[in-house]
Parts: sequence; C-alpha cells; structure tokens
Amino acid sequence: MVTIKKSLQLLTAALFALMPLVSSAETPVVSAHDSLQTVTTETAHEVHAEGQHAEETDKEFVHNFTQHHLMDDHFYSFYADKEAHRHYGFALPVILIDNGLKVFMSSEDFVYNGKVVEKDGQHYKYHHGKIYKTNAEGDLKLDEHHHPTVEKPFDASITKNVAGLLLATILLFLGFTALARTYKSSPNNLPKGLGRALEPLVIYVRDEMARPNIGDKKYKKYMPYLLSVFFLIFLLNLLGLTPLGLNVTGNISVTVCLAIFTFLYVNFSGNADYWKHIFWMPGVPVPMKIVLMPIEILGMFTKPFSLLIRLFANITAGHSVVMGLIAVAFLMKETLSTPGAVGVSFLLTTFLTVLEILVAFLQAFIFTMLSSLFIGSAVQEHDHH
Amino acid sequence: MDKLIHDFSWGLFFWQAIILLVIIFLLGKFAWKPIVNALEAREEGIADALAAAENAKRELTNLKADNEKLLAEARAERDVMLKEAREMKDKMIAEAKEEAQAAGAQMIAQAQATIQSEKNAAVADIKNQVSTLSIDIAEKLLKGQLADKQAQEQLVGSLLNDIKLN
Repeated sequence: MVTIKKSLQLLTAALFALMPLVSSAETPVVSAHDSLQTVTTETAHEVHAEGQHAEETDKEFVHNFTQHHLMDDHFYSFYADKEAHRHYGFALPVILIDNGLKVFMSSEDFVYNGKVVEKDGQHYKYHHGKIYKTNAEGDLKLDEHHHPTVEKPFDASITKNVAGLLLATILLFLGFTALARTYKSSPNNLPKGLGRALEPLVIYVRDEMARPNIGDKKYKKYMPYLLSVFFLIFLLNLLGLTPLGLNVTGNISVTVCLAIFTFLYVNFSGNADYWKHIFWMPGVPVPMKIVLMPIEILGMFTKPFSLLIRLFANITAGHSVVMGLIAVAFLMKETLSTPGAVGVSFLLTTFLTVLEILVAFLQAFIFTMLSSLFIGSAVQEHDHH
Repeated sequence: MDKLIHDFSWGLFFWQAIILLVIIFLLGKFAWKPIVNALEAREEGIADALAAAENAKRELTNLKADNEKLLAEARAERDVMLKEAREMKDKMIAEAKEEAQAAGAQMIAQAQATIQSEKNAAVADIKNQVSTLSIDIAEKLLKGQLADKQAQEQLVGSLLNDIKLN
C-alpha cells in the first residue's frame, strides 16, 4: 500500500516536472493549427457561416460556463440567461482594504457588465474575477497581453467560496456540537439522527488515520486538526456536488491554505529526530548526508505541495467532467435528438456524480491520512537506529 | 501554472485561514475534545465491563466447580456413612444372633442339667419308694409266711441259699 502510494507520488511529481515542457511544446502547434485553419476555411466559412457560428458559440458558452463555475465569484449566481445577459442569484458583500475598509454590495452589473463602482471617492472595476482600482472611466490600462496594469486593492470580499465556507462551518458547528451534546450526561449515550452517521466517521478518522500514523501516545493532540480538516474537506466536496454550484475545494487558494496548515503542524511538532533526518541523515556516510540534505529540505515542501495539488486537481477535474457531461444534453441535441442527448447526458452525469461522491470521501480521506502520516513522521521516536 | 497563479486569491486564502482556525479552536473546544473524550470513556467503559463480565464468568465457573466438588464430597461422605451404618447393622444383628444363640444354648444346657438332676432325683425317689414298697411287701409277706415256725426256718434256709449263691 505504502509502496504504491510512494510510486504514485513519484509518478505525479514526474508528470508535474514534465508539464511545462509539454505545455510549452504544445502552444506553437496549436497556434499554427489555428492559423492554418483560418486560412483554409476562410472560403468555406461563408457557406456554413450560420450553423458553424451557432455551434461555436454553444461550445464557447459551455467552456466559459464551466470555467466560470470552477472560479470564485463575487456574485452568487444560480442561473444565467444567455440571451438576455441576465444572471439570477444574489449579491455578495465586497470588502476591500484600500486606505481603510471599503465595504459595498456587489451587483450583477458590477460583476458581469463591467460597471464601475464608486466608493468614498475611489473607483473600482471588476475584470476576470479580480477587482481593480481605476479612474472614473474604469480604464484598466491593459498591456499587450490584455493584463491590467492598474493597482489591485486587497480583496477580502465574502465571495461565493467564502459564503460556501461559512455555510460549511455553520453546518459543521450544528452537526458536531449536537453530537458533543449527546455525550454530555453520559458517554454511554448513543447519538441519534445525524450523529449516528457522524460518530463512526469520527472513530474512522481516529482509528484509521490518527492512531496508526501518529501513535497511541501523541495522536490526541492532533485530533482537532485532523477532524476539522477531514470534515471540512468532506463537507465542502459534498456541497460541491449539490446544485448550490460551489467549488471550494477545487480552488487553489483553499487547498494552498489547507496544505500550509499541514506544513505548519508538521514542522512545528517536528522533534529533534525529525530535523536530524532532514539536515544530517543518520546512518549514512558523510557525502551522502550532504547529498540528502537538499533532497530532504525539498521533501519538506513537496509533501504539502502534493496535498494541495491532489485535492485541487481531483475536485476541479470532477467538476469539469460533470459540467461537460451535463453540456452533452445541449451540444449533442442535433446528432442524438433531444431525448437521446438528454438521456445520454443524464446517465453519464448520474454515473459520474456517484463516482464523485466516492471521490469526495476519498480526497478528504487522503488529505487527512497523509497529513497524519506527515505529522506522524515528524513526532515519532526513531529508536531503531 | 500562470492561470493557477492568477486564480490564487489572497482574500479567499485569508478567509480560509480564519475559518479553519475558528473551526479547529472552537469546534476543538466544543465538539472534538468532548466527542473524542466521550468515545474514549465509552470504549474504556466497554472494555471494563467486558473484563468484569469475563471475571464474573470465571468466578461462576470456579463456583460451579467448587459446588460440584462439594457435592461429590458430600455424596462420598454419605456413601461412607451409609456403608458404615449398614456394616454396623449387620454386625449388631450378628452379635445379637450370637448372643441369642449362646443364651439359648445355655438355657438348653441348664434345662437339660435340671431335667437330668430332676430325673436322677425322681429315679432315686422311685428307687427308694420301690425299696420301701418291696420291704413293706416283703415284711408283709414275711409276716404272713413266718406265722409258723417251719416257714420261718424254710425262709432262713432259702435266704441263706441266696447268700451262698452270691
């Protein structure tokens, strides 16, 4: 099991190492292909102009919609009307730290239609998920790569993901304080309702992750962190599968934060042995010690890095594929007829959503499991040398 | 990678950190610790109860064995007592029989002795009476026969003959 995990990690690391080469090699090919196509199809384009155009926009729409879903948002939109350019949902508060606190409610126009908002004499404009400080005309001063060059204030808005996080926090508090209350009068009280499902999960985290990896003596200190992370990730993953349209654990900022917490827990609880194994590996000749030192130091960072990438990539991939399969119902209408396309889309989406429920649990499990493994390696006593 | 870096939002990172800290500390205080402690207490309680049950079972088995041992002992003792009683009874009967026999024999012997002596006495008495009678008869006869002188002489002569014969 451990060897499989190690080789998988190695494979992932190797793939990530190769990724820049692949992507940089691909870019010119694609652009050449594109230009070739534009040249060759220029004449044919006019013939199929109408149909091609509609299809292109449909595909683009699906792509943009999926991309948009995967991103964080300052406006909680449940439903968008493409023709009317309307988004139905509710506005979320924007909190900017820019010479003091600037708080205002976002709006559909601000987020989707490029409206400039004026607050305390400052003008703000929304551009590709970020808020920029502009002049009254909303000039972003785009450079040649279409990147704005104007200043960005620190944006601590309650975005869609923060709202999701708050919702998850409230649910966690409700669920687990209720579970804790059942034990108040006697530990022999059996939980009722939801607690009946939560208690085995708590025991699972303790007996399958914390205890075997950290050890019977020290595991208790890390239980609050491991339980928090496990249930937060699990709940957020599950919320991501509901029609609320949340994608919190598929957001890089969230997984980076979680991984940093694990990193801090590991390194702040590391004992002398742990640091000795990093900087001066015992039991190997001196030249090897020198060679191993940078590898081990790198290892300190790659471990949490693998955590954050794994969670992010799994959830993002899951959401992308589910969105793509839902889109089948719209894109394949002509080839499969409407009921056929809807049926195929429904079957595939249902299958994949069931799979995603498994992934939701699995990713929470893996993150917590590996966190406890890393903590365990930092606190264990090496008495076998 | 560029896209990932562009997507990274410090605001969301900040909120995630705050919320995670809140969850770790507040839930830790109000939920995780009580839950983990309660589960541990319950498991300890279950382990203790199981151990107690095991002990009770073992004690019960011991008790049962003891009881059986006691019962077997009592049974053996009873058997011994019964045997002894039977033996005693037999012995007593035998003794009584012997005694009775001895007494009977003695009585018979005594009776026989008495009978014998009585018989002897009776015989002696009869002998005396016979001799007296015979003397009387003889006296009377003699008196009758010896009324004349001749008869007397005759008798003396016969008597003398008799004596000679002896």
